[in-house]
Amino acid sequence: MFRISSSPHVRSSQTVRGTMLDVIIALLPATVWGIYKFGPDAFLVVLASVTSALLAEYMYEKFMKKPLTVGDLSAVLTGLLIGLNMPPGVPLFIPVLGSFFAIIVVKQLFGGLGQNFMNPALAARCFLVISFARPMTRFTVDGVSSATPLAVIKNGGTCDLLDMFLGNCGGTIGEVSTAALLLGAGYLVGRKVISLRIPLAYILTFVVFEMIFSGRGLDANYYLAQVCGGGLMLGAWFMATDYVTSPITKKGQIVYGFILGILTGILRIYGSSAEGVSYSIILGNLLVPFIEKFTMPTPFGIGRRKYVKKTQEGA
Amino acid sequence: MKLSTFKGGIHPYEGKELSKDRPVREISVGGEYVFPVQQHIGAPAVPAVKPGERVLVGQTIAQAGGFVSANVISSVSGKVKLIEPRLTASGAYVNSIVIENDEKYETVPGYGQKRDYKALDAKEIRDDIRAAGIVGMGGAGFPTDVKLTPKDPASIDYVIVNGAECEPYLTSDYREMMEHPEEIVRGLEVELSLFDNAKGIIGIEDNKRDAIELFTKLVRGHERISVHPLKTKYPQGGERTLIYACTKRQINSSMLPADAGCVVSNIDTVLSVKRAVCDGLPLITRTITVTGDCVKEPRNFHIRCGASYNALLEAAGGLVKEAAKMISGGPMMGQALYSTDIPVTKTSSALTVLSRDDAYDKKESACIRCGKCADVCPGGVVPQILMKYALAGDWEGYEAAGGMECCECGCCTYICPAGRKLTQAFKTARRNVMAARRRKGGK
Repeated sequence: MFRISSSPHVRSSQTVRGTMLDVIIALLPATVWGIYKFGPDAFLVVLASVTSALLAEYMYEKFMKKPLTVGDLSAVLTGLLIGLNMPPGVPLFIPVLGSFFAIIVVKQLFGGLGQNFMNPALAARCFLVISFARPMTRFTVDGVSSATPLAVIKNGGTCDLLDMFLGNCGGTIGEVSTAALLLGAGYLVGRKVISLRIPLAYILTFVVFEMIFSGRGLDANYYLAQVCGGGLMLGAWFMATDYVTSPITKKGQIVYGFILGILTGILRIYGSSAEGVSYSIILGNLLVPFIEKFTMPTPFGIGRRKYVKKTQEGA
Repeated sequence: MKLSTFKGGIHPYEGKELSKDRPVREISVGGEYVFPVQQHIGAPAVPAVKPGERVLVGQTIAQAGGFVSANVISSVSGKVKLIEPRLTASGAYVNSIVIENDEKYETVPGYGQKRDYKALDAKEIRDDIRAAGIVGMGGAGFPTDVKLTPKDPASIDYVIVNGAECEPYLTSDYREMMEHPEEIVRGLEVELSLFDNAKGIIGIEDNKRDAIELFTKLVRGHERISVHPLKTKYPQGGERTLIYACTKRQINSSMLPADAGCVVSNIDTVLSVKRAVCDGLPLITRTITVTGDCVKEPRNFHIRCGASYNALLEAAGGLVKEAAKMISGGPMMGQALYSTDIPVTKTSSALTVLSRDDAYDKKESACIRCGKCADVCPGGVVPQILMKYALAGDWEGYEAAGGMECCECGCCTYICPAGRKLTQAFKTARRNVMAARRRKGGK
């Protein structure tokens, strides 16, 4: 007797766990840089957010008598993203609270993996920024509190672009080094985990919007600083591309990137804060079902011209 | 080499090296032969013999039961034992004519009489093909004479021979191409003689370079036939993807290839057409790949239709490992078998025996919306979205989202990292939509 099932009878070796692991690997350069740059405090923040995210997922599923899914590494990834979105010296209870909020409120209460309509890590970050405004916006570099480059620019100052590219400036643990983030992004694109559609549409739209509305003319330094600073790199490559909360249709992904670029531009130019990536993405998340609805692809062979020549015309 | 292809598709493990280099072996077995009256799409054939009657090789034992139907022809001589439902590869019991092979292989008069197809007119050729019981031997089993009778034969621009053989593990088409290239070209010429304006294309995937070279040499200077190298990718040999790769014309689920001015024939079918029209041989044999990591000596066999799959397995030396899955056909679109006590039919292409069953081993988890299913779908739909409608039983929504364009190739299920059983859900959904259409049409 042999097993019976409907075809196909073979499967690829790709798994959810493997995909999550790829994203975690891609975030390692930025994580390592952040810890190197900001010291043991940063390490503790990342450790606390990852373990508490795992713990939250485990406890919820245990308590609700659901199958345990901690092995799929999605909670690790959420925890890691929360950690990378924290200022280095933040009191540890804040990332822990954020992880619990992300996993339980944003992810599990809406049905678990694949069902959340908002990126859990970003929703948690926004929740924390609103709840704990002061510790969430106090950035220190080498033990000295310092403003983020974008805040400096917003107040009329200038920053060293090379420092911003390498990550020698203030900011959250994971966002400071554009170089490290691009390294990870290259890995994700190379492994075909993400496509270029969302990040490129996002970043290009944002730059064009800035050029039109910021009134900076052709100040290349300013635009490069805007692109490298303020979590745009982390957001565009690692969080806007989150499968669950971004459109699945190819056209939709470009539309989504476009919308995020406009939102970020508006928030950065006209908003009170110098940032705006997190809010842009979670607002964009809410539009995803609509974007998908209007960007459904046309199936193969639908609406094509007929090929058969009308040979009976003469008859 | 310039390669044509289509958008989407996958690259599963090919497994063709197991059987591709061994020549086809003729096998002949005695005992009981089983001929289901339905080995094709359309109306079942009507038995033309009675139990106790003696039949000869080449005798029509069941007559086509309508326009879209096909004759069933005995491949052996002997007494009709009985007519009763028997298990077939699809898992269904189908009314079958059971003949005890007397191993004398006495033939009907006129069997094997050679003819010049050029002396025949189009109607005679089509009648010969119909009488020979030829159906699409790639798996679907659509009656070939019906396919070769479009409303307007003059509107056919291309007759495409499907030498893609994209299904993993299968090598029977490849062996036929290497061993009988002239007959295949002749078969295509016969088909072309029915369509005055058509050009012949032989599409071959580039994992069969020697076959491409062989045919390119063979048709060099031929004014109507050319060879079209195709990129190796599953499902390159699907009707719609093949037509697109060869002609850049697109058809959808509600169109026939003839609507795009194309006729597509499988390698074995073309061979059968040649043998029926030029050699007076009806469709009573076929070439089958017996393969998989469990089979002792994987290779291709030429066997009489009606013989049991057990004979094939025995001829291949039996199993060397414990089998998890027996498949009639290849692993992407084949039918899982629970017993090899089934007959070889016109559409049997392979017996694949695998020691691993991915369909069971890869557990299903929640969809993460990665979109890989949409990337690989040759039908250009978003399986992830269709799945929501299919699981909710919303057949109207399923249809509106383009669900009927699914060709059940299985790419989405193959690639899904969460092990979702997408194709399986779509098969159910498609049948429900079609049933609803019939109900509406009936009112």
